[in-house]
Amino acid sequence: MSKYDRKTLERLINGELTWEELKPIISGPKDPDRFDKVLEILQSRVPWKEKILLPLHEHLYVVSKGGQRIVKCDCGYEFGDYRENWKTKCRVRVRDTRESIEEIYMKYMGSNPEWEELREYYCPGCLTLLDVECAPPGYPTVFNFLPDIDTFYEKWLKKPPPDKK
Amino acid sequence: MSRRCIGWNKKSLKEMLEESERVFKETGYYCGIDKLRLKEEDPFRYERAYAGLRGALVSARETALHIAASPIVREIGELCFALYTPEGDSIVVSTGILVHVHTMSEAIKFMIRENYEEDPGINPGDIFLNNDPQCGNVHTTDVQTLIPIFWKDELIGWAGGVTHQVDTGGIVPGHDLTSAIQRFDDGVYYTCLKIGSNDKIWKDHLINARRSVRTPLYWELDEKCRLAGDLMIRDAIYKFIEREGIDYYKQFIREAIEETRRIFKERVKERLIPGRYRAASFFDIPSKETAWQPRAKVDKISNEPIEIIVKEDGSISLSFDGASGPGANPMNCDKGAMEGGQWVLLTQVLIYGDKVNDGAYLAVETDYPLGTWSNAGDPYLSYQSPWGNLIPAYTGMMKCLSYGLFSRGYREEVIPGYGFTGDAIQGGGVYSAGPLMGQRWALSTFEISGQGLGASAVRDGLDWGYAMWNPEADLGDVETWELFQGGIPYLSRRVKPNNAGYGKYRGGANYEGVAMIANSRDVDFFGAREGMVFHGSGGMHGGYPQPTAYRLYAKKTNMKEIIEKQKDYPLGDPDPANGEFERLLKGEITRKEYCTIYPITLENYDLIHYALSGGPGYGDPLERRLDLVKQDLNDGIYTKDIVYKVYGVVANYDEQRGEWVVDEEATRKRREEIRRERKEKSVPFNEYWERERKKIIEGKLCDAVKIMYSESLRLSKRWAKEFREFWRLPEDFMVEVK
Repeated sequence: MSKYDRKTLERLINGELTWEELKPIISGPKDPDRFDKVLEILQSRVPWKEKILLPLHEHLYVVSKGGQRIVKCDCGYEFGDYRENWKTKCRVRVRDTRESIEEIYMKYMGSNPEWEELREYYCPGCLTLLDVECAPPGYPTVFNFLPDIDTFYEKWLKKPPPDKK
Repeated sequence: MSRRCIGWNKKSLKEMLEESERVFKETGYYCGIDKLRLKEEDPFRYERAYAGLRGALVSARETALHIAASPIVREIGELCFALYTPEGDSIVVSTGILVHVHTMSEAIKFMIRENYEEDPGINPGDIFLNNDPQCGNVHTTDVQTLIPIFWKDELIGWAGGVTHQVDTGGIVPGHDLTSAIQRFDDGVYYTCLKIGSNDKIWKDHLINARRSVRTPLYWELDEKCRLAGDLMIRDAIYKFIEREGIDYYKQFIREAIEETRRIFKERVKERLIPGRYRAASFFDIPSKETAWQPRAKVDKISNEPIEIIVKEDGSISLSFDGASGPGANPMNCDKGAMEGGQWVLLTQVLIYGDKVNDGAYLAVETDYPLGTWSNAGDPYLSYQSPWGNLIPAYTGMMKCLSYGLFSRGYREEVIPGYGFTGDAIQGGGVYSAGPLMGQRWALSTFEISGQGLGASAVRDGLDWGYAMWNPEADLGDVETWELFQGGIPYLSRRVKPNNAGYGKYRGGANYEGVAMIANSRDVDFFGAREGMVFHGSGGMHGGYPQPTAYRLYAKKTNMKEIIEKQKDYPLGDPDPANGEFERLLKGEITRKEYCTIYPITLENYDLIHYALSGGPGYGDPLERRLDLVKQDLNDGIYTKDIVYKVYGVVANYDEQRGEWVVDEEATRKRREEIRRERKEKSVPFNEYWERERKKIIEGKLCDAVKIMYSESLRLSKRWAKEFREFWRLPEDFMVEVK
């Protein structure tokens, strides 16, 4: 059974581990306390007080606020109920012309905009690029992940979710 | 007809299979095994037994591949072996091309359900051959040899081996034929055919096979390779039984599968989060311009939506509900191919380790909807290159699992996807000069096995070295390949700039190459990769998809003169807008924005270009560390203008130091400027929704997109309902295609 100290996990999250340090972590048995330790590190890093229930994204968290579970960016922007797709609260830039696609992809190396467009979803608070969807025009926004938080805590971790203690 | 049954306890195989499926359904345990008795009573004996069998299979593979002739088998080990229960469930597998572990399982079950026990009979020493994608295979160029293993009068298992052939006699030479549109174009079909008895392949089969493929030598020796491996496995089983006893063997093979099923569920609970995961991938089939057959002249996009439900008990369900339809193209899949793909993903992302078998398959509930590209259901369609749909579709599975791995804290395991196994350049010709004059050569390079891996949440993706669908990312000795594709020597290989998906962590990069036709006549050439759409489901958490491929070739060139006068010739296509081909060559230069083409005819001194796939990126590119961007510039991964536009990095080349230098203050300002641009050029979601909805309402869609929506709306009630609800459309809304 592996076990890693806080410093190692902080460096992992920061992308600072060398390949020699990272390789055994990938190859070895997983550390069962990882979730709790990572949650603790992330909680200490965010500038707000709400309790993180689940890290959802590099910048987004499901947090407990006023008896509700909402998605919150580390910048503080709140996206609302976690059961709704947070992308539908973002600012969106659609690259659906050759000009806009070739602004960032070389000629011939991007999609044909009639076949597929790029959708960039930004956090309205900090304008961080949160997601890039490549989809044909008119394709519904994809709701990538809807976690079952209660089952996770109660059945898998064998403890109540932090907002139900 | 009455024969003595060959199953256990005087049962027929069909009875055994039905009972196994019924008991699993009733109890939830494989063969009703609720207690791992052997493991609990003597774990050392149990583990030694498993390791011994696995060692025997790996040994069979490593030995047998030296009998094979195909470079793809000998050089990159494109083969694998597996041991199955009498009912066809895999117990233990060798290393190698694992997609086939479960496909062969389906072939065995097909023979059982068709009652081969009665006719044509299953006897000790019999040999069966299969390459039919409708009966447990991926495509016809994957060829399987299966033998029954008997102990006294009972069938106690099956040994199976598969190799990938460079040619099986399809409509044109090659292994993934873009021009196949029906079964009759796919090459020779062997549908679970008995081809030998008493451990000997029948002569009539050998004669027929030699005349059915373009590479009879490779076929014949590869067939002997598969049979040799199977026989080695059978010998190992006999030794196992002599050592451990038949009763132990019978109980052990059941427990090994049940244990793996439990390991899978525990692994899911260890690494993921219960819940619903979704991703959408796409693949372009741009046949309108280049198809030969009138009914194939249609542009299509495959809709490849995936949904994974991770359940409370650690089992998962996987569905492609919403997938678009099959068609007159070779990218159609059967259930067996999809299950094989599922296997590859699971063994690489979740259940890598020594215990790999069908227990993991049993822990996954699947839905490959009949009548879609993922389970076409029509044996007369072409299944020659299901990889076209399968490879991008399963990027969605990798991405879905990565959302769970990220949330659980295992960021090092996150990977949003992988590069497409292409550009799959293929074809062939006849030598018109030299010592091999008159003989055929075939282009079938497996450089495609090494692709860019997607970035993870803690590091960049592996460059040009990730094999998702092949056993190894190394094509082996290039000299071996040149022996049989000598009519198209390479002129260059070099890193293709700006080919890695952008992100805080970039996707793996890849390279491009140029080759020339020489000393040949009657040359066909074609290739396949995505081009009109990005590969798969793209990047993750703000990372971008890797760039698309395209087609570039030059005919009627002045290469003869260039060679004679020792002048410069193109070494690649680093900037397609200002191409080296156009600058250094005279001739007819063709560029297509799509990559998949039907075969074209080439002549001596014609040039072809190909580019291998990068991997998708992870995270916002503006968060990429400056030292990493500098390294990218120094390594030629990205160019100055791309790091400026995408990464917001201002850098200049220092001639004296011979390296790139990042201007940190200018970079800070540029990144602020990009954030301002993001605000100016984006709109609130509701505004975006209104604009996007108009595209649907007003039908402002190209035909390929219309066909895709029309098919998915017709094929899936659930997908149609969600589509209409999302865009607030009438309940009977359809997309019409003229």
